[in-house]
Amino acid sequence: MPQAVSIQNLQKEFILHNQGGTRIPVFSGLETEIGVGESVAIVGQSGQGKSSLLKLIFGTYQATSGSINVLHQGAIFNVVAAAPHEILSLRRSTIGYVTQFLRCIPRVAAEDVVAEPLRDRGMALDEARNEARELLSRVNIPERLWHLPPMTFSGGEQQRVNIARGFAAHFPLLLLDEPTASLDAENRARVMTLIEDARARGSTIIGVFHHADERHRVCDREIDIGQQAK
Amino acid sequence: MKKLLSVQQLSKFFGEQLACDDIGFDLYEGEVLAIVGESGSGKTTLLRCLAGLLPPNHGRILYHGKDGRQVDIVLASEAVRRNLLRTEWGFVHQDARDGLRMGVSAGANIGERLMAIGDRHYGHIRSSAEQWLGRVDIPISRIDDSPWTYSGGMRQRLQISRNLVTAPRLMLMDEPTGGLDVSVQARLLDLMRGLVRDLGLAVILVTHDLAVARLLSSRMIVMQNGRVVEQGLTDQILEDPQQPYSQLLVSSVLQV
Repeated sequence: MPQAVSIQNLQKEFILHNQGGTRIPVFSGLETEIGVGESVAIVGQSGQGKSSLLKLIFGTYQATSGSINVLHQGAIFNVVAAAPHEILSLRRSTIGYVTQFLRCIPRVAAEDVVAEPLRDRGMALDEARNEARELLSRVNIPERLWHLPPMTFSGGEQQRVNIARGFAAHFPLLLLDEPTASLDAENRARVMTLIEDARARGSTIIGVFHHADERHRVCDREIDIGQQAK
Repeated sequence: MKKLLSVQQLSKFFGEQLACDDIGFDLYEGEVLAIVGESGSGKTTLLRCLAGLLPPNHGRILYHGKDGRQVDIVLASEAVRRNLLRTEWGFVHQDARDGLRMGVSAGANIGERLMAIGDRHYGHIRSSAEQWLGRVDIPISRIDDSPWTYSGGMRQRLQISRNLVTAPRLMLMDEPTGGLDVSVQARLLDLMRGLVRDLGLAVILVTHDLAVARLLSSRMIVMQNGRVVEQGLTDQILEDPQQPYSQLLVSSVLQV
């Protein structure tokens, strides 16, 4: 049985060419495996590379060396060696990435921001919008805001729109980067329920969570990247 | 995804001056590729070579046509290139006046492209023109007006709709939002995003504006002094640029 994510000998170093070639090492030889349907929390000190690890899996950061194998449509897919258009296909159907930051697009309504990943997969506009509205109500965005562009929304509302967007497409693998940071207790609980639903559907979850109680609630185990050799 | 265009070892000199040096990349169906770099980096020259508007000195531009055949744009006859540019390809100029016929009405600008591919039925041409004006948010009541009476944003939308009327598969765009007010630019970007999704268009977009590239493109090529410095996913280039020049370019953007 292949793993959902299998990372071997991962090295990542940032080289700042315009600052005297300063080298910032992040990982040197990281190894970890995450099974299909598992839910794991990445833990470690601030600055140890928790978010970087998620970005490496998503392909936003380029690994210096090593391999990141992801189960994609039944086959093993190495993100490190993949061509850009292959990573785009991985993102369309396999990996969802949820942060607390919404990238606002001028003139695009909240419901269409959420519907976009569904439209990218070929869902019809009406159906995608219905799903989007359902999700927006689940993350407590009032109906009067659905047809407005989120640019003018509060920080917490934008964050919840982004979370709704991240959960819309039911990705088999979800990368969650502090999805509940700075949300109040009620809205945190709503997001936790979305994560539990994704787990129940069989999605694999790799998350960074600030609160220990959240980790305990939605994760099977923790991966401490501070324990791995730097 | 199928490969639409494959550019190999493309070079262009102006006399002794090297404008594009050994450029290579592939474009897939429905992809939006941004070519970024400062003025003089060769990005517009590259686009004009791709469109067959400038002959390159070296290299191949292989296009996989709708009929399944592969054409090398560099070797193709002028007639083949011209036919492609008015059917399966579109070209959007930075200055809409270069892409429109300013002496005839908006409707005629759209109809001209249909007539060029053999449509002679006035009613059909007229209704297509109305449909495409509507698609780019131009009121039908302005169909008989000259583009001279249009604002900059409207002219740019008219230029885009003129290209779209033949259902192209590939659009080449040279700074399409350059010189427009930000509010007008936002509307145009929104329109372009919708068109790319709904029509499955592939786009090669030349821009010096990284925010525009981020909004529209999934892949990016960074050029400097006629060379490709780096290419990759748009978010990867913007968040983890590898090369000194791309790092400089990304770090020079003002945060709003």
